[in-house]
Amino acid sequence: MKWIAATLLAALLVLLPSFAGEFYLNLSSQILIAVIFALSLNLLVGYGGMTSLGHASFLGVAAYISALLTSRYGWGHGPAAIVSILGTTVMAALFGVIALRATGLGFLMITLALSQVLWGLAYRMSDVTNGDNGIPGLTRPMPFGIPLDSPAAFYWFALIVTAFAYLMMAIFVSSSFGSSLKGVRDQPRRMAALGFNPWMIRWIAFIYAGFWGGVAGLLYVYYHKYIHPASLSTASSAEALLGVIAGGSGTLGGPVAGAALVLLLKNYASAYTDRWNILLGLVFLFIVLVMPTGIVPGIGKLVARLRGGSR
Amino acid sequence: MQFWIIQGLNSLSFGGLLFLLSSGFSLIFGLMRLANLTHGAFFMLGTYFGAIALRTYDGLNLWVTALGAGFAVAAIGGLFERLVLTRLRSNPLGQVLVTLGMAFIISDACLVLWGGDSIPVPTPQNLQAPTRVFGFVFPTYRLVLVGCAVASALALYFLLERTRLGAMIRAGVDDRQMARAVGIPVSNLFTVVFCLGAGIAGAGGVLGGPILSAYPGLDADMLPLALIVVILGGIGSLLGAFIGSFVIGLIYTFGTALFPELAYIILFLPMIVVLAFRPQGLFGRVGA
Repeated sequence: MKWIAATLLAALLVLLPSFAGEFYLNLSSQILIAVIFALSLNLLVGYGGMTSLGHASFLGVAAYISALLTSRYGWGHGPAAIVSILGTTVMAALFGVIALRATGLGFLMITLALSQVLWGLAYRMSDVTNGDNGIPGLTRPMPFGIPLDSPAAFYWFALIVTAFAYLMMAIFVSSSFGSSLKGVRDQPRRMAALGFNPWMIRWIAFIYAGFWGGVAGLLYVYYHKYIHPASLSTASSAEALLGVIAGGSGTLGGPVAGAALVLLLKNYASAYTDRWNILLGLVFLFIVLVMPTGIVPGIGKLVARLRGGSR
Repeated sequence: MQFWIIQGLNSLSFGGLLFLLSSGFSLIFGLMRLANLTHGAFFMLGTYFGAIALRTYDGLNLWVTALGAGFAVAAIGGLFERLVLTRLRSNPLGQVLVTLGMAFIISDACLVLWGGDSIPVPTPQNLQAPTRVFGFVFPTYRLVLVGCAVASALALYFLLERTRLGAMIRAGVDDRQMARAVGIPVSNLFTVVFCLGAGIAGAGGVLGGPILSAYPGLDADMLPLALIVVILGGIGSLLGAFIGSFVIGLIYTFGTALFPELAYIILFLPMIVVLAFRPQGLFGRVGA
């Protein structure tokens, strides 16, 4: 039953361009990018118990590196992508060393402060980043000579990357390392007593999450062909965190559903109002007060209860 | 020489402002174990209240305005604490998330209500004339601001160390469960401290107005400074917030004056050094 559903879903996703219009294809590409981003944040929040409010740093920095290298220094997309992902991963390693001096709320505050510093830099260093104007007029890469400028081509590209990212993160959390990460989340002292190194486990998870955050950032800048300091802002981190928590942190399906939901909400709301941030805040209040465990576990419980009732 | 002295004074007055911002943050964190991410928004709300009040009513006194805005922001903070945060006592992550949500709501509401242009807050007339000390010319308002910060630090010190309320707060910071067990109404204490912290931030926002003026994004500029001060000084420590504020004020002011583009990076350095050698902060008693 589960396999049939999964196959149907996969077929639907692959064949989407044959029946969906351009608008919905573009929306779907954006959802896919948000999904990678939320999944990577979920590694920290859900599986590592490290609530980060600075995850946008990785998205933004990867996007800025690629944008600067291709537009200003005339690099090709291939080397620019490699340098951008490498740079972001190294940055994640450094940020991890700083932020993991603390856990819990201290960790959250440090990640927030670090990302705010980057956001401030992107705004103020206007001769490098172009400040508030952002960097416009970027191009999309041509992997194996295939142009990605049509919505369908980009959608498929994003779909392949997302499927790969999902797989890699699913393997990561179900591996023995993933188990030790969950162990460190729940019982750091016992794990330490068992001979594990909680700090090292958290650090590796942090770097891995930063790596996938960087991949999401590359897709982000390819899709928009434009980058602005707002992509580094707290609101950007908070949107992803909302997706993770609304969907259900610590599950693989939760962030996928949550990220899709937040993006759809943002898209439809922007047709009626400019006040996305107020709405974002209200949704935060609603989710935390009304369904703190998230939608996917909530529905799972509901289904279990219905099945139990029918028996 | 003139440059160094003037920037030195500027950094003192900015440090004073930071103290008004971060002392409340630190108190709230120390007692409630709550990283109140609305704090920057409370500060900004205070600045806007002050700017609007002074623009609308001619001849209104800045100090009265600061007091009024402080009470108004304290009331908003108290409502938020009672209506929302009390429901989430057992969910610290949820509390942080709702304060973040509230910060978004407040900052966007300010944008709706008062527009995207910055609104200046006039310096009080009797403080506009510069003060001359040893042949150097100082802006009087900034001197007075430093005095304000020191005065409020002393007032807070007496409140915490010499009054019954302060003793209860200290007991709550040190051991919440024990405090509850000996009959201290910790939940009400939470509300009082939250109001107090929000109120100081709101009043500080008005007093900072003549230097910063009210503009959208003020909250996002101030919140990381408060975070860095508290990480540096130690959570829940008034002395830590005081020292941390002036250190960060100094670094930020000189950083902005000497290396304007790198000021944000220079801010980091003390934070990294402290985290590396003393993760609980300079004067922290509790780990984050």
